Amino acid sequence: MATFSTTATVDDPRISLGDDGILPPVRGGRDDDGSGPGLPDYATRLRRARLGLLVALAPILMLFVSFSSAYVVRQGLPTLDPRTNALVRDWIPITLPKLLLINTGVLILSSVFMELARRQIRGQAARASAKSVPGVSVVEQMKIPWLSMTSVLGLVFLFGQWTAWRQLAANGFYVATTPSSSFVYLLTGTHAIHLMGGVLALFIAGIASLLRRSVATRSIVVDVTAWYWHFMAGLWIYILCLLEFAG
Amino acid sequence: MATHEFAAQESHAHPGPQGFIRKWVFSLDHKVIGLQYYFLALAAVFVGMFLSLLMRIHLVAPTAILPFLGDIKPETYLTLVTMHGTIMVFFVLTTAPQGGFGNYFLPIQIGAPDMAFPVLNMLSFWTTFLGFIVMLAAFFVAGGAPLHGWTGYAPLSALQSSGPGEGLGADLWIISIAIFCIGALMGALNFITTTLDMRAKGMTMMRMPLTVWAWFVTAILGLLAFGVLLSAGILLLMDRNLGTSFFVPLVTINGQLTGHKGGSPLLWQHLFWFFGHPEVYIAILPAMGMCSQLLSVFSRKPIFGYKAMVYAILAIGLLGFMVWGHHMFMSGMSPYTAFAFSIMTMGIGVPSAIKTFNWLGTLMRGRIRFTSPMLFAIGFVSLFVSGGISGPFLAQPVLDIQLHDTYFVPGHFHLIMGVASIFGIFAATYYWFPKMFGRMMNESMARWHFWFSFIGTYAIFMPMHYLGMAGMPRRYSQMTEVSYLNGLIPLQKFITYAAFVTIAGQLIFLVNLFWSMFKGKQASDNPWEATTLEWTTATPPPHDNFGGRTPVVYNGPYEYSVPGAPRDYVMQTDPEIKPAH
Amino acid sequence: MGLILLIVIWLITFVSTYFFVAKTWWLPVGASAAAASIDHHFTTTFILMGVVFVAAQVALGYLVWSYRDRGTASKVAYSHGNTSLEIVWTVLTTVLFVGMNLASSSIWASERFRAAEANSVQVEVTGMQFAWYFRYPGPDGKFGATKPELEDASAGGEAALGLDTKDPASKDDVVTGTMVVPVNREIEVILRAHDVIHSFFIPTMRFKQDAVPGLAIHMHFTPIQTGEYEILCAELCGLGHYKMHGMLKVVSQEEFDKWLAAREAEKQ
Repeated sequence: MATFSTTATVDDPRISLGDDGILPPVRGGRDDDGSGPGLPDYATRLRRARLGLLVALAPILMLFVSFSSAYVVRQGLPTLDPRTNALVRDWIPITLPKLLLINTGVLILSSVFMELARRQIRGQAARASAKSVPGVSVVEQMKIPWLSMTSVLGLVFLFGQWTAWRQLAANGFYVATTPSSSFVYLLTGTHAIHLMGGVLALFIAGIASLLRRSVATRSIVVDVTAWYWHFMAGLWIYILCLLEFAG
Repeated sequence: MATHEFAAQESHAHPGPQGFIRKWVFSLDHKVIGLQYYFLALAAVFVGMFLSLLMRIHLVAPTAILPFLGDIKPETYLTLVTMHGTIMVFFVLTTAPQGGFGNYFLPIQIGAPDMAFPVLNMLSFWTTFLGFIVMLAAFFVAGGAPLHGWTGYAPLSALQSSGPGEGLGADLWIISIAIFCIGALMGALNFITTTLDMRAKGMTMMRMPLTVWAWFVTAILGLLAFGVLLSAGILLLMDRNLGTSFFVPLVTINGQLTGHKGGSPLLWQHLFWFFGHPEVYIAILPAMGMCSQLLSVFSRKPIFGYKAMVYAILAIGLLGFMVWGHHMFMSGMSPYTAFAFSIMTMGIGVPSAIKTFNWLGTLMRGRIRFTSPMLFAIGFVSLFVSGGISGPFLAQPVLDIQLHDTYFVPGHFHLIMGVASIFGIFAATYYWFPKMFGRMMNESMARWHFWFSFIGTYAIFMPMHYLGMAGMPRRYSQMTEVSYLNGLIPLQKFITYAAFVTIAGQLIFLVNLFWSMFKGKQASDNPWEATTLEWTTATPPPHDNFGGRTPVVYNGPYEYSVPGAPRDYVMQTDPEIKPAH
Repeated sequence: MGLILLIVIWLITFVSTYFFVAKTWWLPVGASAAAASIDHHFTTTFILMGVVFVAAQVALGYLVWSYRDRGTASKVAYSHGNTSLEIVWTVLTTVLFVGMNLASSSIWASERFRAAEANSVQVEVTGMQFAWYFRYPGPDGKFGATKPELEDASAGGEAALGLDTKDPASKDDVVTGTMVVPVNREIEVILRAHDVIHSFFIPTMRFKQDAVPGLAIHMHFTPIQTGEYEILCAELCGLGHYKMHGMLKVVSQEEFDKWLAAREAEKQ
């Protein structure tokens, strides 16, 4: 049961002040496009960006779960051969190019570099706030360009995937040759497209410094991209295992 | 003395963007984006209604020659069926309630200044818009739009030679849906992050209005379902254009081998319906949230069983992913699997029933105000019951043997999706129009609109159940070939007349909508005397929703007629009341 | 307004219910062995769901009239709900829905969980854009091979199926455009499709099953009344979907034997 304090008086609920009400002091900066509300603090922005990424990974996962289930079904499903009235299975396993193992190594290494880049810029962001304290001087350590190295390895991986495709084609396995080859192209191709998105994010993070975005903003971009990158690496290992061991 | 505490926290007011393009075209403001989605859906619904009108005419007069359009061939009829269904399901029912009202009011109802990712929000609208353009383009390419139904079963949809419109038109259809998937996923991302991370102080999950719960769970459904639809679309495009055989076994069209072999048509159905069933809950959940909201406001009574309502929404969402096989009882799927899906499907009827009981419980011992939003909310309950009751018939495989792919099915889903869900959109429009545009809609026109719609839609869709029982199959362009179907033509004619009258009634709504924007009576900030956060702010809300302040929430969203309170409603931000919740 | 709502809701409810009860447009006469139990379950479901339908709509109409705002005469009962009531009606609904379903499942099981009996009459039913063909295996009890390359719909039934005349089992296969079966015998249908999904629907037999390319689906039904019954296609298959229909003729055993023998003789 509700209780109500009878000594209170109640005004009509009207608080609209419009855009020219009494404004508290401006905190933080503006959105990079200048049109949003003022930025919340770094911790909130980081948490929100990470949450957004986590949510975004769900449909990507569902896409590959869906492909995987199609893969399993297609592999096991018998079909009616109208000529013999009998059910046959037409799955021919495919030998994956060995190059894929090298590509895997490249991707794992890129993930290591990505993580180092993430920690590097996080440290920079922490030091940046210290630098604004008067009287504090910060010695900048020698910077290994982990971020650029990750991008390079990402591109190497993509090039390696393209080469593996060419090897498959040279052996006579095109997209529609067999169901197994269809899935190889499908799964590796979809993964590659998503990884390209990650490479694009790395470029954006890279030029963000040239565009004078704050180190806090850049740190968030790199952080989110890093988690995305690790997910893509994990996803690739899953795809490879699926094709190799469940083929 | 102030009754609302505001904390000068994260946000501060500042003027929005200037310039027409940044303010109205590529706006990052969730309110503008919400309106963009709404008007996209409005355009889509009139396209969809027009297509259905042509269908209704052709069905009862197959040889009629129409002005400008000439005669409608059987394949054209099927194109109308396909595009009507696709446009309505995607660009109306998934767009207006969620992208439209959800975008506009979710941040405000939780006390946030905007969505979590405004740029992504803007992109999600324009992606959806692009999807609509591509969908319409299918009508104008060589061969025209596809004829394979909104469900797009393979191999019919997977072979370019299976019929007219199955060429480029079908490819555009798939591409449009793929684009739509991406737009919907972007939107879902925003809704979920915003709901989880941007609630104002005091706005706990269990103080959120049921509209917010509905949008939130709908977004989760979309997040998990649209990826699967996208995957199915990709596989279908590959089968159609790259010669793969995911869905196509060894078939001949007109005696010609197609080069495919080994694929499974049932695989398409599984993937499609794994998306397709959650999709229908995406279409109905926001309307259920709306109904709960309005019944409470206009009965001046808290919603009966708020917690149960929340659990019901969650249960519907969860179970919605486990019942897709009930679309496939006759498909060649194992009968044991059918049995399992059937039991799960009966299970999902339970939370829907709970919600209906709770709506009735809200009305009981209330003090009902028959405003236009309330009329549509009451209409929603009636239509939801009617549409829901036919569900258990279809959910039982033995009865589905007779009813599957007959008119019983469109009778069922139109009442519940095509009408109840639309009533939710109407109700939301009449309710939130004052807040969005600062003016009231015309009540008298609204009542005419309600009666035309309520009686008209029953007249259209209730008879379809009889047609289905009598054995009238779906997607037949005419009834002249089978002798017993001829006897059902009078009933079809009745439906067609009802459709004409009902659609004419929708023009009243259109006139009311646009006239009221410019000439409606001025609205106060809280004309309905409601408690949720959107009614604490200006009409229309300022750019950052609360004019530089962040609301602090003390109460649940349905504190009406609190004993001892000076008025029969207590705002969520009012600190003086300490209700039991 | 409350009164008008009550009247309209009740009127719609009673008019719709009337047409269901009066069976103005109803299921066609059931002519198969399964029809009786299926129709009985239809009736059960109608009664149970009909009661719920009428009760809910009547309650809605009554409530919106009875609890209309009557100014100071109206007193709102402030309440957030009643948990015990929630539990009660949740349990009752679950029992009703699941119970109804389990009751129907035994019929489903008897129809679909078992294969056709050993001495059933076999008919292979093939759907293609836009016709049904029926094939009988003949005295050898075996269906001959078919080859997609041999399909030629313009040259009659056997050619439409692509029957491989070189296969000895094909010699006695009879292909027709009308399905003739003997009464009171179990009929095993083997459903196939050449191009897209079709659906073999015989309303009077309470029989429907999709014919899926790439599959040969075995189903069965037992006609118990002689007569002629419509066969319709019940899965969208292209522009001719509306005119893809056939005829089922249920005749006495002797007539069936005579008819089949005559078809065999024609092949010589």
